[in-house]
Formats: sequence, C-alpha cells, structure tokens
Amino acid sequence: MENTEKTLTGAQILMTVLQEEGVDTIFGFPGGAVIDIYDELDRTPIRHILTRHEQAAVHAADGYARASGKVGVCLVTSGPGATNTVTGIASAYMDSIPLVVVTGQVPTSLIGNDAFQEVDIVGITRPCTKHNYLVKRTDDLSKVLKEAFHIARSGRPGPVLVDIPKDVAKGKAVYSRMDATQMKSYNPTYHPNMRQLEKVISLIQEAKRPMIFAGGGVILSKASAELTAFARKTQMPVTTSLMGMGAFPGTDSLCLGMLGMHGTYRANMATSACDLLIGVGVRFDDRVTGKTDAFASQAKIVHIDIDPTSIRKNVLVTLPLVGDCKITLQELNRMIERIDFGNIAEQRRDWLSQIAQWKETGALDYDQTTIIKPQYVVETLYRLTQGKAIITTEVGQNQMWAAQYYHFDEPDHFITSGGLGVMGFGLPAAIGAQIAQPEHLVVDIAGDGSIQMNIQEMATIRQYGLPVKIVILNNRYLGMVRQWQELFYDKRYSCTDMESAPDFVKLAEAYGALGLKATTPEEVESVLREGLAAPGAAIMDFWVDRQECVYPMVPAGAPITEMLLV
Amino acid sequence: MTESKHVITMLVDNQPGVLARVVGLFSGRGFNIESLCVAETTSPEVSRITLVTTADPLVMEQIIKQLRKLINVIKVRDMDKSKAVQREMALICVRTKPEHRAEVLRIVDIFRGKIVDTGSEHYIIEVTGDEGKLTAIINLLKPIGIKKIARTGTVALFREPK
Ligand SMILES: Cc1ncc(C[n+]2csc(CCOP(=O)(O)OP(=O)(O)O)c2C)c(N)n1
Ligand SMILES: [Mg+2]
Repeated sequence: MENTEKTLTGAQILMTVLQEEGVDTIFGFPGGAVIDIYDELDRTPIRHILTRHEQAAVHAADGYARASGKVGVCLVTSGPGATNTVTGIASAYMDSIPLVVVTGQVPTSLIGNDAFQEVDIVGITRPCTKHNYLVKRTDDLSKVLKEAFHIARSGRPGPVLVDIPKDVAKGKAVYSRMDATQMKSYNPTYHPNMRQLEKVISLIQEAKRPMIFAGGGVILSKASAELTAFARKTQMPVTTSLMGMGAFPGTDSLCLGMLGMHGTYRANMATSACDLLIGVGVRFDDRVTGKTDAFASQAKIVHIDIDPTSIRKNVLVTLPLVGDCKITLQELNRMIERIDFGNIAEQRRDWLSQIAQWKETGALDYDQTTIIKPQYVVETLYRLTQGKAIITTEVGQNQMWAAQYYHFDEPDHFITSGGLGVMGFGLPAAIGAQIAQPEHLVVDIAGDGSIQMNIQEMATIRQYGLPVKIVILNNRYLGMVRQWQELFYDKRYSCTDMESAPDFVKLAEAYGALGLKATTPEEVESVLREGLAAPGAAIMDFWVDRQECVYPMVPAGAPITEMLLV
Repeated sequence: MTESKHVITMLVDNQPGVLARVVGLFSGRGFNIESLCVAETTSPEVSRITLVTTADPLVMEQIIKQLRKLINVIKVRDMDKSKAVQREMALICVRTKPEHRAEVLRIVDIFRGKIVDTGSEHYIIEVTGDEGKLTAIINLLKPIGIKKIARTGTVALFREPK
C-alpha cells in the first residue's frame, strides 16, 4: 500500500480533503481569518467563485448543489463574513440542501476575548445546521472535514458548518487519507421495514380514491423515475409540494399540480376527498396542510421519509415508514410488479373523472387585459423555453406564479427557497445553477422587491460571464404582502408600496448585461425572445398589473378546501 | 392529550457544546426541562444526561426523535419508572433554634439523611431519595424554617435483570 502520510498545514489539509471529496468549485469571499486558506486555494485547481456578499455565496452553493447533485461548498471569513452566511445556511437547512460552509475564526488563543471579528458562529448556527464544528487542533481537521461531508450528503441532507481558527489553518499536522467515515452516533435508516411496506400494498388494494403527495425528499434521493413508475402502474394521481415540483412530470395526466395555500383547486379538493394519501419525502408543512384537523380527513395516511422527526410531527399517520425515498419506492415497485391489480383503469375511472371535473371547475386562469398579467409572462416563458429551463425564483407572488404556470417535467429544474422563503435567493441561486450546468438555460423569475436584495450579484455574473436571465415581474409592490393586506387587512397598504425603484434597464447596462423592458402585453413575447436569445446575461423588466393576486388562495390556518378563487 | 412526567436518559459525546445542543433543542422547539443532570460515565468520551420533562405522548415522541437526530447523542431512552431506579439529592439548610434541634434530628433520621454542616443557628442536611421522598422531607422542614436549598435533579438508571 502506498504510504499516504505526510505533514501538511491546516489550509493544505482543507484543500486536500476538498479534492478527495470531488469538490471542483467553491463559493466565497475572503478576509483576514482565511487569508492562509485563500493563499493555499490559489495553488489548487479548485475554482473559486467570488460573490459580492457572503449570503449570496451560500445561496449560490445551494443552487449549485441542487443543479449538480453534489455538496455545495462555501468559504468565508470570521465575524461579519460568518454572520452574513446565516440566512443562506438557514434556508439550506429548511430545504435539506447538502452544504459544507467553512468559516474562518480568530486564533484559538483569542477565542472568547471579544477579539476583532470574533463571533461565536457555531453557537449562532447550532439551530440551523445539521451539525457544526469548531476545530481546535490541526490534528482534528481532516477527520472533522470528512465527517462534515458525510453528514451533509447522507440521510436527510443539510448544511454543516466548520469553523477553523487562523492558527489551526496555519498549524501543521500529519495527514493520512481516510476513506470511510465511521460515526457511532449517526446512522440514518435507508431501508424501510419490509413488513410495514407490505401493509402499504394492501392499503393501495383496498383504496377507492388513493393519491400520492410527493415532496423535496423525492428529488433529493433522486427517486423521480421510481415515483413515476409507481404512480403510473397504480394509476394514482400525484400532487407535489413546492419543493417537490418536478419530482413527477408536470405534464403527465396524473399530475395534479401543487398542494396547499396556493395549490391547484383539484389538488386541494382531491387531498380532502381521497381515502389514501401516500406522502413521500414531505414534511406536511403548514403552508400545505392548512388547518391540520381538516387535512386529508377521510384518508389513511402513509408517510415515507428518511427523517423520523418529520413523521407524526404535524399530522397523524396510519402507517409511518422511515427510509430513503428511492429505496422504499424501488421496493414498492418490486412488490407491485407481482400483483395483479386487475383492470386498474376501470377501478380508477370514477376517481380520475371526478378529478378531471375539478380541473375544469378550478382551472388556473386569468384574463390578459391591456395591462401585462404576470401569469402571462410566466406562461410565455414556459412556451418559449419548452419547459426545459432551470428556473430559480425569488420569494412572493413571483415564486407562486412560477410554480403555478411553469410546468416541470424533470427534477432539479425548480430551485426555490421553500422552507425559509428568502427574498434575494433567486439571483445567487441562479449563479450556482448556471455554474453547475454551464450549457443549460437558467432563468431567475423575480419580484421587483426581492431582486434588490442581492442585486450586487450582477457583478459576479459579469465577472464570470454567466448567461443568467432575469425575468422581473415588476408590480412596484412587495406584492405578496400587499395581497394579504388587500384580502385580510382592509386594503391598508402599510409599507408595501416601494415608491422608488431603480431603472432596471440601466441597472443591467451598468453591470454589462442586456436590459429590456415591456409595458404592454404585445411586447412580452418579443422581449422574452430577445432576452433569451442574447448570448450573455439579461434583465427583462415586465411592468405587470400592480393589483394582481395569486389565486387560488387558502387563508392561513383555514382548511385547504376553503379556497379564494379570484 | 394528557401530559405526564418523563425521565429521559441519554448517552452523549463528552465534548464542549453538546449540552448546549440538547438544551437549545428544548428551548428552540418549546419543550420544557424540569431538571437536568450531566456527568461523565466510566468512559471519559461519554457523558450521561438525565433530563426530566412533562409532555403529552405526541410531544414526547418528538422530543425523543429530535434528540436522536442530534449527531452527538449516542443513545436516548424514555424511562419507564417501574423499570428504573431514580434518585435525587438535596442539600437543605434549616434554621435551628435550640428548641427545634431534636425535631430536626428526628426528621433527618426518619428520612435517613445526614447532617453535613452545623452552626449555632443552622444545620445543612443531605438527603437522597426519589422525588416524593424529597418533597416529603421539605414539607416537614418548611414550618421549622428552610434558609436555602439546592437539589440535584433526578438521576436514574435502568434496573438490571434480576
Ligand atoms: C428576506 C425577506 N424579508 C421579508 C420577507 C417577507 N416577504 C415575503 S414576500 C414579500 C414581497 C416580495 O416582493 P417582491 O419581490 O416584489 O415580490 P412580489 O410578491 O411582488 O412578486 C415580502 C416582503 C421575506 N420573505 N424575505
Ligand atoms: Mg413586487
């Protein structure tokens, strides 16, 4: 065996482990506490993307992780560099995105002294990381980094933060390559209990109105093909959470669209009427369930998830199944192969025709008047890109219209801050996705408010020549909040009218990008065509109907059948 | 659903910050902690935490699952009281006027406590037992005059098979 032992500095150990873990791109921003690491980074083939804000570095790593299927990696300095990452980390934590965030720290001798740019980032991020570490000795660094990658990508994925004091990065230690990571207290359950699985089969056989509710877990475990086979074989309709968009083909006739507060009429009605609901890789978030007592109240619920804490947290279930979505669905598919369901089309006829009827009554709809409707912009974008673009979103109405009017046939094409709902997520996430998929069309569907939260990233886009496209649904409002004020606060529009905004066309040009603007419906298609066809980045500013609301809408805490429909 | 008291015993990595993770989990998720005891086990890498909480069955299920999810938590169990030995120690400082001394000594004797510090106006009593026993002695001593009290919180171990 080759002797792999050598003496390295902490910074060299970090670079070595990154490369062993297959990392070729990281996102970051330098500073005093990480100068040694940056000095070493420059001697490696690892590509560093210099964002203009640490929050953006984390969102970019998040977008990169989702579009590449790899662990996203960030490197930032101590103190303000570290605190700037918190929002990004919290978003990745809520959405279960695998990240390793390396923060610099003041030298160990100064920790606790309120040293310059010292902050207890391990303490701050404890509740929003899957795990975190303060490394106190260079000797421990390689083991910690190996564990960090292992924890980030295994089980229910999530962000892991590693805080490295300056002297630990400069110090030396004997390094020997370690391939397997053994942790006595961390062993995610991948294989479901087979006896429980058999019960799922009988529940399916007994059910008259069964359906599937798929979430981000299906995408994270790369189980879309298995889910699709399962649903088609059993002819069960599928609704998805926001995070689950693309887990099941959006254009399949069994697809019901999104569930919950802004879910489709048919998805909400079907969930309330079904007698069997199979949740796969979901966590029954309050934006999905509405009033929990009324949620799927006629159904037996099967819940498949790798995280035991997701199960029975928000809704009671008939059959809990802890396991990896992909492995569980593979097992289920194997079982149903051997089962004769008889004439399944006949058995499902009433149920599916009821759903088809709901689809007609409550179709997503809008009237394209003389003012641009935001839905029309998204629909046109969908048509022009043939549904193939990677879409990132900001947060608010823009995010919901993107989810409602862009139909995703493939996983990993819809990248949104689902759990935390971070305004300012979409632009940096688009950067990460574009770097992961250089040949792919990447579009950020943005609001005029959110886009300004990380607008500085236009400079990153320019520096790396990224052809990211930005579609602003510009309603000159913090639209989603305005919508709540309109519907539930007697139209008292407190502080949601952003009375001034930059000229986005000039702003684009200032950053060396193409800037285009549309104010009439006739211009929408031509602006989209021109912006999408341009070789580089483009901001397309659509002046949409200021008063438009997202429908259907279930008021917070109401049963999901109580939908406001336009 | 009805709430009841639970004693949770867990083995955790004996590292800085692990207690903060456990306590942070409880405060962050709105679970309550009635008492908490932490000390090393025979293995210096492992500590035992004994924690008492009151929760309904669903919340209790979440508490146990959330604790298991913490990377530094090696083992967690919700203790069935009938299968475990539970003890708590209290140090009770009582005001002792001469006319009360005999009475205090009698009470200490009944509860198999010890006097571990004496002075002209006080005794410090050490007493061990389950929660009920400690409550009982405290109630008896209260009318005489308790100056200060320190309780350890419950520690517990499962009984071994006979
Ligand atoms: C960082 C952050 N701050 C505040 C909010 C609350 N919020 C949710 S949607 C929204 C309005 C967003 O406005 P805009 O980006 O213009 O999107 P629109 O709803 O108009 O499409 C706000 C303020 C948030 N989600 N994130
Ligand atoms: Mg807006």
